[in-house]
Amino acid sequence: MSFHPKMAYDATFHKSKRQLEDEGPAFEYTPENRARFDEIVKRYPADRRRSAVLPALYLAQYQQGYITANAIRHVAGLLGITRADVEDVVSFYTMFYRKPVGRFVLQVCRTLSCALNGAERVTEELQAKLGLKSGETDPSGTFTLLEVECLGACDRAPVIMVNDAWHECQTPEDAGRLVDDLRARGEAALTGCHHVVERAKG
Amino acid sequence: MDPVLTKFVREPHSFTLDFYLQHEGYEALKIALGKKPDEIIEMVKASGLRGRGGAGFPTGMKWQFVDKKIEPRYIACNADESEPGTFKDHLLIERNPHLLIEGCLIGCYAIGAKTAYIYIRGEFFHVQQVLEKAIAEAYARGFAGKNILGSGFDCDVYVHRGAGAYEAGEETALLESLEGKRAQPRNKPPFPAVVGLYGKPTAVNNVETLCNVPLVVKNGAEWYSALGPEKNGGPKLYCVSGHVKRPGVYEASMNITLRELINDRAGGVRDGRTLKAVIPGGSSVPILLPDQLDTQASFDGIQKAGSLLGSAAIVVLDDTTCMVWLAENLLHFYRHESCGKCTPCREGTDWLHKIVRRIERGEGKMQDLDMLSSIAGNIAGKTLCAFGDAAVTPIVTTLRHFRHEYEAHIKEGKCTLPAAWRARHPHAVGAH
Repeated sequence: MSFHPKMAYDATFHKSKRQLEDEGPAFEYTPENRARFDEIVKRYPADRRRSAVLPALYLAQYQQGYITANAIRHVAGLLGITRADVEDVVSFYTMFYRKPVGRFVLQVCRTLSCALNGAERVTEELQAKLGLKSGETDPSGTFTLLEVECLGACDRAPVIMVNDAWHECQTPEDAGRLVDDLRARGEAALTGCHHVVERAKG
Repeated sequence: MDPVLTKFVREPHSFTLDFYLQHEGYEALKIALGKKPDEIIEMVKASGLRGRGGAGFPTGMKWQFVDKKIEPRYIACNADESEPGTFKDHLLIERNPHLLIEGCLIGCYAIGAKTAYIYIRGEFFHVQQVLEKAIAEAYARGFAGKNILGSGFDCDVYVHRGAGAYEAGEETALLESLEGKRAQPRNKPPFPAVVGLYGKPTAVNNVETLCNVPLVVKNGAEWYSALGPEKNGGPKLYCVSGHVKRPGVYEASMNITLRELINDRAGGVRDGRTLKAVIPGGSSVPILLPDQLDTQASFDGIQKAGSLLGSAAIVVLDDTTCMVWLAENLLHFYRHESCGKCTPCREGTDWLHKIVRRIERGEGKMQDLDMLSSIAGNIAGKTLCAFGDAAVTPIVTTLRHFRHEYEAHIKEGKCTLPAAWRARHPHAVGAH
């Protein structure tokens, strides 16, 4: 439809050729993830499958490490929504990565309570130790360093979230040791303060 | 007051169903299922329970407004705890998830809903696992699902994981996110109680609010309202962080003053420093000064003092805290978290941050101060949700009380605060 009297009524002015770049390898859920997806979709009314877009994207990201255009296409197809709908969501939420990230994503909280307790120094230590600026991934694809907004652990500031695990009450020295530990022991080094408390009591 | 909500948080297995059942767990649900839904709503109204998420709106009223003529109805539990300084819901879910589940079930029964969605922020992955395990336990023992405890009442409880958006904590943005869209707020009215999730009547309640519901049902409205000052009844969780000796979650009745919370509970200002200012309710509320410490830490008490209780996130600032730096830090947060729907907030937070950053680095001009006030005035009250008002608060409140610090930054080209700050933050960016 036209928006101006001089425009032809039937002309199509929306001629954008923009398409999602066909980036990344072909994507399909593994059978386990597909089963999980089918389970998750049941939580929402049958005509509201779109609600499952966040969990569906998490599954894709856990499977592949980041969200590619192919993953977006796959998720959109399963949910019966457009790719643009999915990309809209992916680009809004900070926890989805559109580019490859390292095996360990170090996210340092930079908001008030952490900053009051020296989060800037923790970030600087990590930057020096890893030779990275905030937002970068090292060439070997092991570490990505990010500064993020409030993680909700203000009583245990400063806090670093490594992938999905919290490491709390971090001094610069702790952060340095954490990097060494991750290099040496891999995922086994991922424990948060609260888990330690739990073990001590349980 | 003895702790009620956090009574068992230090017990090793407080999150298990067995432990919960040994300590009167799901008793309130049994009582509730024996009453009529309207009686529960009346009870919650009589108790004076006010929403713990920030606005302090009476929960019973919210439930009463839910349109009972339209099916289905929903409860959306707001566990997107993202307000800087807040960490109480984290503790409740991690250590006492069944209390929340019980609260959700009673809430659903009261408003006639058959589904509760608990929207938990994406960063709470470890807590989410605890909660999902607890829900599975509840299903296995017949406390959730079909025909709960043989009463004929069906109710499902699901966890929905967010993905990193502060704005999802706003009730309508939460519903949008739950529907699989960007977390951007809707215009109000209509309120969620009438047009909510999937366009159906929905009650959106905070975690702590729903955790209070079983207490009301079990112990009665009178017991509950007697726990605090008038219209501010019940136990309250306070999150104390910043420059204190013992940061943490403290439970108290709302008779307590800020001074008692900071000095007696949290051990006072650390490193022998003195108090400069207090943020009493999360980063979105005006700061209070040391001479206002004897304010009662209740919804009404703090409001009288010129601020808001908000999510009861008390951030303590000592005398080495530079207020311009503080405003810069918080504006960085708001600039990043603005959802982008309303132009004044999307553009304005970026402008405010750029200007404050330039002042903080010692590159500001005097006219920048008027520009800050002017931009703030063009954001506040001109956005769909309260984010706009929240985002300008750090600027407005620091400019009101600490204008001289801004002026010093501009005149001196650097911060003029004690060297101790420098010692603790040797590599800090900016003029410090």
